[in-house]
Amino acid sequence: MSDEPEQLNSAVLRTQRLTRVVEGRTLIDEVSIEVRCGEVVAVTGPSGSGKSSLLRLLNRLDEPTGGTVYLDNRDYREIPPRELRRRLGMLLQRPFLFPGTVARNLAFGPGAHDEELAKETIAELLDSVGLPGYAERDVRRLSGGEAQRVSLARTLANRPEVLLLDEPTSALDEAAQLGVEELICRIIKSQGLTCVIVTHDRDQATRMAGRTVLLEAGRVVSR
Amino acid sequence: MLSGFFADTLQLGIAQAVISAVLALAIVYLARRNEIHLERETAVALVRGFVQIVAVGSILVLVFRGPSWTSAFVLLFMMLAAAATSARRARGISGAFVVSFYGIAGGAGIVIALMTVLGVIDPRMASLIPVGSMIIASAMNSVALALERFRSELAANVGLIEAGLALGAAPNQVVAPHVEAAVGAAMIPRIDTLRALGIVWIPGLMAGMVLAGSDPIYAAIYQFVVVAMIVAASGLSSVISTLLIRGRAFSAAEQLVI
Repeated sequence: MSDEPEQLNSAVLRTQRLTRVVEGRTLIDEVSIEVRCGEVVAVTGPSGSGKSSLLRLLNRLDEPTGGTVYLDNRDYREIPPRELRRRLGMLLQRPFLFPGTVARNLAFGPGAHDEELAKETIAELLDSVGLPGYAERDVRRLSGGEAQRVSLARTLANRPEVLLLDEPTSALDEAAQLGVEELICRIIKSQGLTCVIVTHDRDQATRMAGRTVLLEAGRVVSR
Repeated sequence: MLSGFFADTLQLGIAQAVISAVLALAIVYLARRNEIHLERETAVALVRGFVQIVAVGSILVLVFRGPSWTSAFVLLFMMLAAAATSARRARGISGAFVVSFYGIAGGAGIVIALMTVLGVIDPRMASLIPVGSMIIASAMNSVALALERFRSELAANVGLIEAGLALGAAPNQVVAPHVEAAVGAAMIPRIDTLRALGIVWIPGLMAGMVLAGSDPIYAAIYQFVVVAMIVAASGLSSVISTLLIRGRAFSAAEQLVI
């Protein structure tokens, strides 16, 4: 647990001196940021600055070696990891879809929590990401842009409170990049989602987020 | 032809070993001429193999003279040595030796004990140790294959596994296809052995029993019994070791740590 007393705060997500050191190398160095409800914050910085490491810590795919994260003023180490990851939905840089149909991928998250995803909900999710009628399509037949849209719908199927986006368009070609970026912006706005987006592209950060945090060598250098 | 020159079986054995080693070295020489360098590795393996098997033979002479319960210690020693060998396949995973040992002891140990109690394996040392060693050796190979395959499956599918975790799935759920692949890969050689039994492969035990004067039909049936026990032990060993190593692939906070 943190060595500092927890303070009640209106931020939905707050890191407190979050640190990760691996084999003597500091990836994240005492990062303290806040994300308020409905806010979109971009984390940007040069390659190797620790942007993706920070996002992995937020989703607790990696363990902090110092500091912690508060979700709704609760130390996230007190929250069971599966519940935490469901509440903090993360979209990875590459789609990494499970073999099978698009519908199977969308149902995966709720299924992991013993919930069934209704066909109507699958259809609505696919409509929202611009892929109507794709439910029974084999994921091997999707383009890169389509796969990332399915990945986004899969994350949204869990109804996360906060959306964590790790360079969501960087693995796509230029045409698909713009489409996916517009789609994400539209969904964030329409659903009023709280969002942390990691991007190396400063212009994209400006377009997508209301506020930008700049990381260098694992430290926040401007916000 | 050789037996005409040597009246003593020990001398005959040494002569046979020399001839077979020369044959192996001749193949190494041919490989070297084709720029495939195996000489050092093969020479070391030949010397090591010869010394080991002669040492084991000498120990068995002593063991066979002792009380029958000593066979349990011999089999336990074999399991420990087998665990050390298969654990090398899982370098980088903490506790690989323990996992391998539990796998081999749980698979081979249970099959040997059960089959001995049921009378399928003759409890006399001269039978129990050779048959037990065959079962342990196969379990060792299966555990090594399973651990190697599981580790490579995880390495090749980090993104997919973390995508599952990021969606709030349990580690056991996200690695289930990789557990299945690892156990399947470990079992394929054993099932192929069973399938090809007698057609492609006449195993040493059957040949030995026939040479020792047993009825060939009984020798054939007993060989099937041994291979079936090997399949059972290998299956159980690979399942136990893969499930145990699966638990070590994730931290308490359900993070992939391999």
